[in-house]
Amino acid sequence: MSKFQKEPVKLVPVPSTNKIPERDIDKSPILECRHLGIDFGGLAAVKDFNIAIGRTEIAGLIGPNGAGKTTVFNLLTKVYQPTRGTILLDGMDTNSMNTVQVNKAGIARTFQNIRLFNNLTVEDNVKLGLHNHIDCGMWSSIFRLPKYWSSEKKAREEAMELLSIFDMGYLAKFKASSLPYGAQRRLEIVRALATKPSLLLLDEPAAGMNPSETAELMETIVKIRDTFNIAILLIEHDMSLVMGICEGIAVLNFGQIIAKGTPDEIKNNPVVIEAYLGKQKEA
Amino acid sequence: MDFLTLLDYLIRGLSLGSIYAIIALGYTMVYGIAKMLNFAHGDVIMVGGYICFFTMSGLSTSFAEGSLAAAVIPALAGVLLSMVVCTALGVVIEGLAYKPLRQAPSLAVLITAIGVSYFLQNAALLMWSSSPKVFSPIVGNGLLQVGPLSISYVTLVTIAACVVIMIVLTSFTGRTKLGKAMRAVSEDKGAAQLMGINVNRTISMTFAIGSALAAIAGVLLCSAYPTLTPTTGSMPGIKAFTAAVFGGIGSIPGALLGGLLLGIIEIFASAYISTQLSTAVVFGVLIIVLLVKPAGLLGKTVREKV
Repeated sequence: MSKFQKEPVKLVPVPSTNKIPERDIDKSPILECRHLGIDFGGLAAVKDFNIAIGRTEIAGLIGPNGAGKTTVFNLLTKVYQPTRGTILLDGMDTNSMNTVQVNKAGIARTFQNIRLFNNLTVEDNVKLGLHNHIDCGMWSSIFRLPKYWSSEKKAREEAMELLSIFDMGYLAKFKASSLPYGAQRRLEIVRALATKPSLLLLDEPAAGMNPSETAELMETIVKIRDTFNIAILLIEHDMSLVMGICEGIAVLNFGQIIAKGTPDEIKNNPVVIEAYLGKQKEA
Repeated sequence: MDFLTLLDYLIRGLSLGSIYAIIALGYTMVYGIAKMLNFAHGDVIMVGGYICFFTMSGLSTSFAEGSLAAAVIPALAGVLLSMVVCTALGVVIEGLAYKPLRQAPSLAVLITAIGVSYFLQNAALLMWSSSPKVFSPIVGNGLLQVGPLSISYVTLVTIAACVVIMIVLTSFTGRTKLGKAMRAVSEDKGAAQLMGINVNRTISMTFAIGSALAAIAGVLLCSAYPTLTPTTGSMPGIKAFTAAVFGGIGSIPGALLGGLLLGIIEIFASAYISTQLSTAVVFGVLIIVLLVKPAGLLGKTVREKV
């Protein structure tokens, strides 16, 4: 049996109707933010950010440019230390953790602008994601003790298995920088998944993609959730993607959540429409 | 100019170049990962030399004169102990002096490195005095006769050590998870951290490896040029740094190529041009190379994507 839990892949997400906190499929959220906030100098970039994400939920974070979406990701991954509030990952307070510890605890992410290890091969990029799951110290590495061979073999198998889930097995030996754009984006997701997260953060996964690539990406995201049984929080400007696959959406404007709900609720929310399109003149 | 002398100079150049290459590896690895120039690296070499010297002279009396044990054990103990001490020293320097400056501008780190360098030199001056110590080569003064050529054991050991180190290091960075983590950190610290790679530990490990290499280089350097003073490490350190830049700083094969070329050029310059001018020639060649290839021989010019 494979290491990664596999279930029959459902390509159409189960539609849900409840509001975000109640919609949790098994009631306990994987991620909970309470009154989260950060100040840059005098500017409150994010303030009073409250959100809860279910264990196998696909959630979306949308908002105009500069609303603080990526800042939220940086807070969750501890690139920035929050000024206020708490982040509970699976009930665990991440306040004292650093970036590496948060990753070990189960949050993995991709980046708005692709940040692969360009000079390394595709396979090595994935293996770096597996870094903390390969058990091999310095001495066994230098002197090539049996442990080195067994751990390398295990790492290679796991990396190849992950790549093959995304039909990228044949690219394993290529340099990451030589891949086409779409494949680089996918590789970033694979690398993040290799760290075995319980929550995957995707920062504008569809940026720069054409409609057919976006459609393929939507299938991939749902497939990831169904294959690995994890929660996904994504930032995206492409409304077809967000409305198509997210079960819950939070809208951020000027660092504050202005609306939360299901895609249908968000679409018809006058506050959201105002944030995106400006205020409608009274007739 | 007969062929035999030429070959002799070439071998000597390779040997000197091997020492430069081993030192340059320390510079280049640390630069590649921490993006800093560790000017104290040359002085770690000196410390390595002293540790080996004291170990060997301390142990030499405890074995029967001329026995195999007397030839092997003190030298081996000296090399191992100096590697252990230098590794610890490198990690401590990194932890105390450079780690607090991780977010500081690179100029602050550079000046700190120069400070550490002077600190080590003066500490050595206090502890071991300025009078030169005469280092006895770790493999004796013997010569190997190859036809008409005679090559000293030290030369052979130096070249062999360089080859072994290169092979081990290349396979370490290319094929092991820690080596790959080092390469990942050198490319993008932030992304590496977000993938769960402990950047601080990776940098410490790089310093440890670089300093262990410095210890080996120190022992080899003192075996080839057997006077040991607190400033022994500084000139070879600067030249090895030059070698690293020459080959393309940040690149491991570059350090090897740069080191070997620098050694050969230096020996040939002192043989055929002038002993006094040899260093000037070395740096002259460096300037010309950098004018033509600013990133060094094997360095990659990073093209800005617009």
